[in-house]
Amino acid sequence: MTSLDIAPFANALVLGLSIASIWLIAAIGLTIIYGTVGVINMAHGEFIMLGAYTSYALQSSLGLPFLLCLPASFVVVALVGLIIERGLIRYLYNRPLDTLLATWGVSLVLMQGVRLIFGSDPKYIAVPEIFQSNVEVGFASLSVFRLVVLAITAIIVAATAWLFYRTRFGMQVRAVMQNKEMAASFGINADRVYMTTFALGAGLAGIAGSLFGVLAIVLPTMGTAYVVQAFLVVVVGGGTLMGSVAAAGLTGELQSVFAFVTNDTFARFLLYVLIVVFLRFRPRGLFAVAKGRR
Amino acid sequence: MDLTRRKLLKQSSLAAAAIAAPHLWLPTASKAWGATLKKGEPIKVGLLFSLSGQLAVPEEDSTLVMQYAIDEINKNGGVAGHPIQPVIVDAKSDFNVYSEKAKELIIREKVIALFGCYTSASRKAILPVVMSQNSLLYYPTCYEGAECTQNTICTGPLANQHSKDLIPYMVKNFGKKVFFVGSNYVWPKESNKNAKIWLQEAGGELVGEEYIPLGSSEFGPVLGKIRDAKPNFIFSTVVGASDIAFHKQFKQEGFKVDSMPIASLTTGEIETKAMGPEFGAGHFLSAPYFQSLDNPTNQKFVENFLKSKYGKNGSTHYNMEETYLSAYVFKAGLEAAIKKTGNVEDVTSRMIRDVSGGVRVEDDISPEGLIWIDGDNFNSWLKPKIGQCQADGSFKIVSEAKEHVAPDPYSIYPNAGKCTAAGLVAPDGKSRKNVI
Repeated sequence: MTSLDIAPFANALVLGLSIASIWLIAAIGLTIIYGTVGVINMAHGEFIMLGAYTSYALQSSLGLPFLLCLPASFVVVALVGLIIERGLIRYLYNRPLDTLLATWGVSLVLMQGVRLIFGSDPKYIAVPEIFQSNVEVGFASLSVFRLVVLAITAIIVAATAWLFYRTRFGMQVRAVMQNKEMAASFGINADRVYMTTFALGAGLAGIAGSLFGVLAIVLPTMGTAYVVQAFLVVVVGGGTLMGSVAAAGLTGELQSVFAFVTNDTFARFLLYVLIVVFLRFRPRGLFAVAKGRR
Repeated sequence: MDLTRRKLLKQSSLAAAAIAAPHLWLPTASKAWGATLKKGEPIKVGLLFSLSGQLAVPEEDSTLVMQYAIDEINKNGGVAGHPIQPVIVDAKSDFNVYSEKAKELIIREKVIALFGCYTSASRKAILPVVMSQNSLLYYPTCYEGAECTQNTICTGPLANQHSKDLIPYMVKNFGKKVFFVGSNYVWPKESNKNAKIWLQEAGGELVGEEYIPLGSSEFGPVLGKIRDAKPNFIFSTVVGASDIAFHKQFKQEGFKVDSMPIASLTTGEIETKAMGPEFGAGHFLSAPYFQSLDNPTNQKFVENFLKSKYGKNGSTHYNMEETYLSAYVFKAGLEAAIKKTGNVEDVTSRMIRDVSGGVRVEDDISPEGLIWIDGDNFNSWLKPKIGQCQADGSFKIVSEAKEHVAPDPYSIYPNAGKCTAAGLVAPDGKSRKNVI
């Protein structure tokens, strides 16, 4: 079905925004961690998964309503990220290949741990009635929940931008990003900055996971589906917040438009080919971090 | 130390001799391959299912119900006085692991039979090793047919035993226009080929056909296309975790199940529990078994299974029940083979397969009622049923076949010939073995 009528095509563009927001919220935690700390966090998918399981656990044991589960999963997964950073990542900052391996090990441990505690069967997260319908505005139709994801993504991006560009902490983070030793010589506690940004990135992944648990499914392996997209967004974007936003927007829209014109499988193939070609000509990504050589 | 030609030749010939030596010295070494049964020792069978990964959703229950069935059989005296011992492996939803574990079970563990697989892709991955080692695979799931092997027995429905009933029922009750959605691999594509023919026979019209990557949970674009095409119902062959995401997003995007239900061959009780009954209610499934089947054998099965230590997932569904049946088909086949040879040590995997034609599981053991194994193509004769998911997650039977339906693996390929026990016999009389 390749008719290019205006109404369905416009609907595909609107859907592209939703897909972009899903990929962006999955990638934002990774952007912060990679952009600031330089760690390639292979356990990022599992942080997402932990967020979903936190929501499930809080809901099934305490009966917490879904909207409260979101900040709760931020806090819980941020704590987990903090423990992992203090316990393991901290010792490996100068060894990027070893962090790759170590975080891969962490991801396996987290996956199996969740499996042992909760079991392999899929879990169910309840949401308020209102999230089970859709909104129609003229030609465009989108489910209420997708709009919620879009809204939450926008809020998170705005909050992160405010944090990084309008607060003293954000200034410290940017200084450490550009040159860790120089920033430390100015009296900035670089270790504390790294620790906080890692926890922050993990917490944001937790929020994403809670949302994805409702949109799709809660399984111990759910993170693996999102980690590839997240890495793509970060790499194409170049590691900065602005870059990730632009990359997610571009790839999300392209995926939706290609899927509208052909089919989902071919759309994904085409998108990946374009990404490879793009990286060939611009390996640093769209908006790369301006910093000294690492 | 420098390597001269003389040294190289001497060392490599010594190494070759060392490797070849055991096969010369030990006369039994050449008989080491292949499964053997010993009198008085437990009978080893392999359970090759995924206990982790996205396929664990349907497959973990298969392992659990096999263990339950084996315990039940052993409690009743085993097979000819021998207990059955399961060797359990985790295929991790990875096709490479399936074929590696199949080799391990057949060659190293020397199991007499394998119970395994769910997706057709995993079955096709292990069939080469099953066939080359002349072993025996019990495949307990619905599949697309188009195979004629001499080493498998299947207890799940073929396309002409579920979609052939489902498509006309949906056309009659909801309308002619249908949209096909499936996961992107062999079973949905073949099932849709079959379904297109039944659709034409029922007078229906195909308004769209989309395949999404296996494991993907993004259904926005597909639902957009469905919205444009305005079908009367959707025929879904989406499997695994994607299936749950599909039903959730279907309702979230505003589609109404009463006017456009999803009819599938796989969305059963566990999937409905995982997505929540509010997302599953109103959709249709064609399968030979539902947890709500109203007969004394099923009521006893459901009660005892859920009470046992294997019933932790809380429901019984068609895939699990078909696996349960395969355990009893194995028992009957093995008993027949032992009776035929008179000595348990002479029984081979292939022998069990050959005598299993016509084996019955009566309705005092089978929760879905009497089934029996076809003597030509070794699939099952069963009664297809159609159920609609209710608001509490259980299924109400809305249609049931009056007679058992014969399995026909080549129902839409009449020119391929007829599958018999000896091989696939083409119309010109030529017979071929191991057709997959």
